[in-house]
Amino acid sequence: MTARSELLERHSYNPIEALYWLLLIGTFFAFPNYLSIATTVVIMALFALSLDLVLGFAGIVTLGHAAYFGIGAYTAALLASGGWREPIIDAVLAGLASAGLALMIGPALLLLDGLPLIMVTMAVSAILFEAANKASWLTGGDDGLRDFSFLPVFGLFPWSVYGQTSYLYALGWLALLFVLVRRVVSSPFGVALQGIRENRARMRLIGSPVIGHLVRAYTLSAFMAGIAGAVHAQTNKFVSLEVLGIDTSVDVVVMLVLGGIGRLYGALIGAPIYILVKHFAAEWNPYHWMFIIGALLIVAVRFGYGGLLGILGRIEAWFARARGTRKP
Amino acid sequence: MPFFCGHHLMDALLSSLSFVTLYGLSYGVVLFTISIGLVVTMGLMRVINMAHGAFAALGGYVAVSLMNAYSVPFAIAVPVAVIAVALFGVVIERLFYAHIYTASELDQVLLTVGLAYVAVAGLNLAFGPNVFPGQLPRLLTANVDIGIRTFQVYRLFLIAVGLLLVLVLWYVFDRTSFGARLRAAVDNRTMAQAIGIDVPKLFSLVFSVGCGLAALGGAIGYAILPLEPLYPFKYLVLVLIVVSLTGFGNIKPSVWVAIFVGVIDTACRLLFPSAGAFIIYAILIGLIIHKHAGFLSRRSSS
Repeated sequence: MTARSELLERHSYNPIEALYWLLLIGTFFAFPNYLSIATTVVIMALFALSLDLVLGFAGIVTLGHAAYFGIGAYTAALLASGGWREPIIDAVLAGLASAGLALMIGPALLLLDGLPLIMVTMAVSAILFEAANKASWLTGGDDGLRDFSFLPVFGLFPWSVYGQTSYLYALGWLALLFVLVRRVVSSPFGVALQGIRENRARMRLIGSPVIGHLVRAYTLSAFMAGIAGAVHAQTNKFVSLEVLGIDTSVDVVVMLVLGGIGRLYGALIGAPIYILVKHFAAEWNPYHWMFIIGALLIVAVRFGYGGLLGILGRIEAWFARARGTRKP
Repeated sequence: MPFFCGHHLMDALLSSLSFVTLYGLSYGVVLFTISIGLVVTMGLMRVINMAHGAFAALGGYVAVSLMNAYSVPFAIAVPVAVIAVALFGVVIERLFYAHIYTASELDQVLLTVGLAYVAVAGLNLAFGPNVFPGQLPRLLTANVDIGIRTFQVYRLFLIAVGLLLVLVLWYVFDRTSFGARLRAAVDNRTMAQAIGIDVPKLFSLVFSVGCGLAALGGAIGYAILPLEPLYPFKYLVLVLIVVSLTGFGNIKPSVWVAIFVGVIDTACRLLFPSAGAFIIYAILIGLIIHKHAGFLSRRSSS
């Protein structure tokens, strides 16, 4: 295998992946009473996947990605209140609104890296949060937005009370955008992003348009985060300020870290673990939950390089080594 | 009559101007005290420390609980809290930070955010979820007339502490051998090590001083920044903004930056209450982008 094709095929299909998607589909039949939390898992997996594109593949460290999730959620809800109730076009428009903001601030933002970048991404989402809080005539302020509804998906599947449509609708978006991200990271553009992550200066020296690439990746990621936000609004029929909060930004980073950064499936595995643990710990006490999340973060950084997928990879490598030493 | 009105207007203007100046200054001093510790540790160790606010919170909690529970006077409770937190800082540095000095920025952010989360949960467990009320000593709550209008002595006390701190820090950094070694290690760690400076030991010491300064800010500032379990996150953004505007390891500008942030924030809240906190964020985003495009790469190449 040549070096070029190895780079491009690093994220090629593996039969074991089918298992993951079968599990998600199986959830639909096995846990009909838990579809609302399963829908949240799928939406957050999509949000985490959008973050993986910038954080995992392009190396853009951001603590403000909730800005795009929130804009998507509010846009979707506002369009529906204004009369546009077709869900798919609504989600795409919401994604475009998020992408629009990313395209506007990206060229200035992505000149930064390290601490200033983290700070500015945090501050941008803090401003949006404040703005949404103050503009209560538009966003409902603290009370949030409700009283909006959507037409059936494809005009065929009405939004059921038990959330079957919601779950499959969210799963559909996740599958579609997952295929898109996989294509992107396996393309020459995706490889260039990974090059920028590894060594920005060298990429610039070999003539790669670093800022242009980063802005494109950032905009695409914002588009996906916007769609995740829109699906969140559509399936919950409610949007509150929480979608723009710093906690949401931190949560999604933690999910990705727990699953494994820059591995495609990291987002898809981290989200369910995080949400299920949170769901059961928060019933206990919200502050105790912070203790668990803090401890998980510390352990993940100190001992678990690459998250759960990284640990699995190391176990696999260890077995391979053990076999290798026995054979000769 | 018009003359009279003009006079009133003048008075009102002077009065609010002096309010903004003095309240902004004292607020700026508290911010400066908390952030200078972070400027020093981040400058020396290149560690993004999101848990710095937790040390400030801890300082405030220790001081106030000493005063509340054991009626220790303010003048003793504050230094005791500072020393206790500084010692605690050494332990935390050895246990956690020593392992992430060479890690990626993301790992540093994650580990220190994790520490801050644990601190929030711990503070809630120990002191409850509400604001932890502390009384200022009577001497500080008194009002004093400085000609234009009356002010709480507390505000003047904070400004005096700030001035003293600037003097002490200037002396330590500019005039002592410790300061010289510190500046050498900030400028070029490898070279400093090569000429026999024990950098890891210096790291522990400086980290401890940074924690102590944060604790000082938390302990003298609890009447401005109320103590609550979410304290470590609540003021983190402001403190980090001060640090990223100052730059790694630049001690002198941090005084001006912190005071600028304090005065602007106070002025905006007074003049445009409906706009809330976000004018300051907008100004600072602009300044950071203006100042920093490429600034870190320059520092880290040394």
